[in-house]
Amino acid sequence: MRSKMLGLFAMFCAFTVTPAFAQNEQFFPSLVYRTGPYAPNGIPFANGYADYLNLVNTRDGGINGVKITTEECETGYATDRGVECYERLKGKGPTGASLFVPLSTGITYALMDKAPVDKIALLTSGYGRSESADGNVVRWAFPILGTYWDAGDIQIEYIAKSLGGWDKLKGKKIADVYHDSPYGKEPIPVLQALAKQHGFDLQLLPVTHPGVEQKATWLQIRQNRPDFSLLWGWGVMNSTALKEAAAVAYPRDKMLGVWWAGAEADTVPAEDAAKGYEALALNPAGTNFPIHKDVFALLYDKNLGAADRKDVGSVLYNRGMINALFATEAVRTAQAKFGNKPLTGEQVRWGLENLDLTTDKIKKLGFEGLLTPLKVTCENHTGIARAKVHQWDGKEWHFVSDWIDSDQKLVWPMVEEAAKKYAQEKNLPTDACAKAS
Amino acid sequence: MIYREAGQFRTSYAADQAVFPVLQDRVFVWAIALFAFVVVPFAASEYLLRAILVPFLILAIAAIGLNLLVGYCGQISLGSAAFMAVGAYVSYDVTVHLPWLNLLLVFLIGGLCAAAAGVVFGLPSLRIKGYYLAVATLAAQFFFDWLFIRVPWFTNYASSGSVSAPPLRIFGLSFESPAGRYLLCLGLLTVAALVAKNLVRGRMGRIWMATRDMDIAAEIIGIRPLHAKLSAFAISSFIIGISGALWAFVHLGSWEPLAFSIDRSFALLFMVVIGGLGSILGCFFGAAFITIVPIFLNQVPAALGIPLSTAMVSHLEFMTFGALIVFFLIVEPNGLARLWAIGREKLRLWPFPH
Amino acid sequence: MNFFVVEVLIGGLLTGVLYALVALGFVLIFKASAVFNFAQGSMCLFAALALVRLMEVMPLPLALLAAAAIMIGLAFAIERLVLRPLVNQAAIILFMATIGITFFLDGFGQSLFGSKVYTLDLGIPKNPLILFESIIPGGILVNEFDLWAAVAAGLLVAVLAVFFQRTRIGRALRAVADDHQAAQSVGIPLRHIWVIVWSVAGLVALVAGIIWGSKLGVQFSIALVALKALPVLMLGGLTSVPGAIVGGLIVGAGEKLSEVFLGPFLGGGIENWFAYVLALLFLLARPQGLFGERIIERV
Repeated sequence: MRSKMLGLFAMFCAFTVTPAFAQNEQFFPSLVYRTGPYAPNGIPFANGYADYLNLVNTRDGGINGVKITTEECETGYATDRGVECYERLKGKGPTGASLFVPLSTGITYALMDKAPVDKIALLTSGYGRSESADGNVVRWAFPILGTYWDAGDIQIEYIAKSLGGWDKLKGKKIADVYHDSPYGKEPIPVLQALAKQHGFDLQLLPVTHPGVEQKATWLQIRQNRPDFSLLWGWGVMNSTALKEAAAVAYPRDKMLGVWWAGAEADTVPAEDAAKGYEALALNPAGTNFPIHKDVFALLYDKNLGAADRKDVGSVLYNRGMINALFATEAVRTAQAKFGNKPLTGEQVRWGLENLDLTTDKIKKLGFEGLLTPLKVTCENHTGIARAKVHQWDGKEWHFVSDWIDSDQKLVWPMVEEAAKKYAQEKNLPTDACAKAS
Repeated sequence: MIYREAGQFRTSYAADQAVFPVLQDRVFVWAIALFAFVVVPFAASEYLLRAILVPFLILAIAAIGLNLLVGYCGQISLGSAAFMAVGAYVSYDVTVHLPWLNLLLVFLIGGLCAAAAGVVFGLPSLRIKGYYLAVATLAAQFFFDWLFIRVPWFTNYASSGSVSAPPLRIFGLSFESPAGRYLLCLGLLTVAALVAKNLVRGRMGRIWMATRDMDIAAEIIGIRPLHAKLSAFAISSFIIGISGALWAFVHLGSWEPLAFSIDRSFALLFMVVIGGLGSILGCFFGAAFITIVPIFLNQVPAALGIPLSTAMVSHLEFMTFGALIVFFLIVEPNGLARLWAIGREKLRLWPFPH
Repeated sequence: MNFFVVEVLIGGLLTGVLYALVALGFVLIFKASAVFNFAQGSMCLFAALALVRLMEVMPLPLALLAAAAIMIGLAFAIERLVLRPLVNQAAIILFMATIGITFFLDGFGQSLFGSKVYTLDLGIPKNPLILFESIIPGGILVNEFDLWAAVAAGLLVAVLAVFFQRTRIGRALRAVADDHQAAQSVGIPLRHIWVIVWSVAGLVALVAGIIWGSKLGVQFSIALVALKALPVLMLGGLTSVPGAIVGGLIVGAGEKLSEVFLGPFLGGGIENWFAYVLALLFLLARPQGLFGERIIERV
């Protein structure tokens, strides 16, 4: 048995000792889920992320000459596999992993304790722990573009707007169909605070993972007839919700999904049931943006693309590209300070913290129309917290609103309070920014 | 030639009742223990310690617990991950409300609550047998899945339902480093294995095995079925609860209820069956198999240089895993422990064939 | 409010029929070979995936035949590679082997046919029907698709009943279920029977896969429907076809009623475990299920 153990030990040393990378490379790990009940949403995101990184290599020769290397690791949305992937990939590359994009709230929670120790930042754009917006406490996680609390607030703002004003919310009934996991439960405090403030009745309807059993939920909705239903699902829960809503004849245009429940992966499987469904959008769908010209010309015309050609430009594909943009621009920003060489995780973190995407920069990068200008600061890691609402017409998404900003007067105090509690729990200082500057 | 018992006389009851009566066995086990305690923490890489050895040790503890129930007492339980969850969440709540309490005591309390839960959900075993009991234990699995999501007290009213463990400090020493985590799990595993081994060699074990083999006949000769079955559920759940607390505190650090889903239950059952039902050594083999094989399968295509998408690698992993399980069950239904025992038998005669 | 109960009840009963469909496969195999085939859910998924991908290249009737042939081939393979070597092993070993088959089929099906969500459209209307609108305010909502699914399940059960009662092979299957050794001694070839039983179970899985696939879209979660069929089996008894139907109805109705009326007091999401607890309560009264064979143990 000992020789077996030694043999295994040697084998794993062989696997864990990384082959010597060429010196001038920046390693970007990619945690993906291409299998399991959440794969329909995980696959386009992973493809967009991979394609943009590939594009930066082929078109620009890397970031200021530093080539990008990447490796995918399958997590299946499971926390323990995500942790194992993290442990395996964090040391790869000449300077270690640049940053991690977990794309799963569960994995984010688990990694938020490890990231500060290993000094690798987490890019959790549009998800993750809402406390991480407060950079004074949480230095290593960046929910750029907004957190779940922002999303919940924006949803109610849009509903109020469509009714004609905040006062019209009084007495209305809003149902919240949510995935019974940290992802679905996070926005509830914000929704409850808004319910108290504006006098509407909030009905909470949890759906157990993976979310294919929703008949009872929607029968209850049919019974209660809420004026609006919020959908906070992920994976197959979304398309099932749309199908069940159709089965109980609940009007789909009264359903408002969060930005993780508003993609082609959610509406296409539901076919006709999805017509009229509205959801928040962090970014538009479509391929008529300057960056897509490059993607098609340099990748897909040469058969180097990660996705099927027809899937390029879907909502989640574009979001994956945007995440890759944040990652590469963070490295570029950090290179301006630390030099054009492979950077450590701590230096990339500085880059994320000082990420400043102006209108000109966005235009030069080819993302005009996909992003609005944003500036991440040490104190506020979200940079900007706004979304539009788009509606599915059976074939495509069309915007039905302009940019709606989340109400920071309501959300930010809650973030600060939660961050204070987090700091107490983890024994962290609450003034990291003041100290750093 | 090497492995001969000739010349070894046991001259006291204590020597005769030793766990490893043969001298070569004792030397071998001491060597492994020394290697594991002294050499590995310094020699192994951080990845090896954190991602492979720590889960292996914790799952070995859980497998020991489950083997007591399934292998020695014959009650099939498909809901073991639920008891891991009970151990984990109760331990977390104790650290929240009594933060000054020693971490080992915390784990103990978690284990005791898991034992209580095990007794409650083991009560049907007095009336239901076989596959029906297996499916009944799934009730425990789904119930606790729901309980920890729905009742906010367990997660300390966290809005997201996700909780994180406090820093690992026992008697003032920090066990946060990979080597520290490894040693903590190894220590608890050694204790659990010794306790389990002595339990099954003693009266309790014989009662359980009698119940497993023919429960009606056992009742006739005076073994109370209530006592036998519920004690098996209780002790098994106690050990599984402690392993659950370790899994959450030491391995994951931060977890949500999905971490203890039914996939974990099935993984535990696999460990026990492939390792060998009714064998403590088999638990180690089974845990090693289940921990290492998926990671190994994940790395093989990359190591061989075959370009496969991560999805395909994942699917191949599933396929190979399933095929390996069926293969091992066909080749040796009594598990890897039996293969080891056969090897030992051959070694006793070596270099002679018979 | 009273009529909402009826709505939920009808919805639950119809869902229960769908659970019973999956449970039927379990019962068939257990009756004939005393193997608890945990892989039934994966077989449903595999069959549905095969059908959906075949439908992309051939017309529906041909695709159905091809999918059926694939399931029969699978039955042959399982009997040859797994069952034959494990003859006479302990029950738990066979059970674990079927779990191994589950893993294998999950990976094999998805690697062969892809892991996207495929739409299975057989032209079954999915509209909600509102009945009795004139008599009852709001009417009673019944889903047309569920009705058709219930009809299909009913037909399947009828066909199986005729198969078991009237054909020679059906008689042989009943004989094997009764007593393996006696059946062998009168000349019934056990191996052939097992292949036939697994093939029939495979075809039942195909029908169940089609219906669940139409409902949910053909994707990985269909394999998890097997976990919903387990309480049905417990309740109805592992060896009884009518037990599977009755069990399915009880579990389906119980689940939905509990979720809608008991759920709000407990915070919701109780469906999953309530079905198991319900089945457990029935089992405490009748340890072999409602219609299962009485387990007679001899010392």
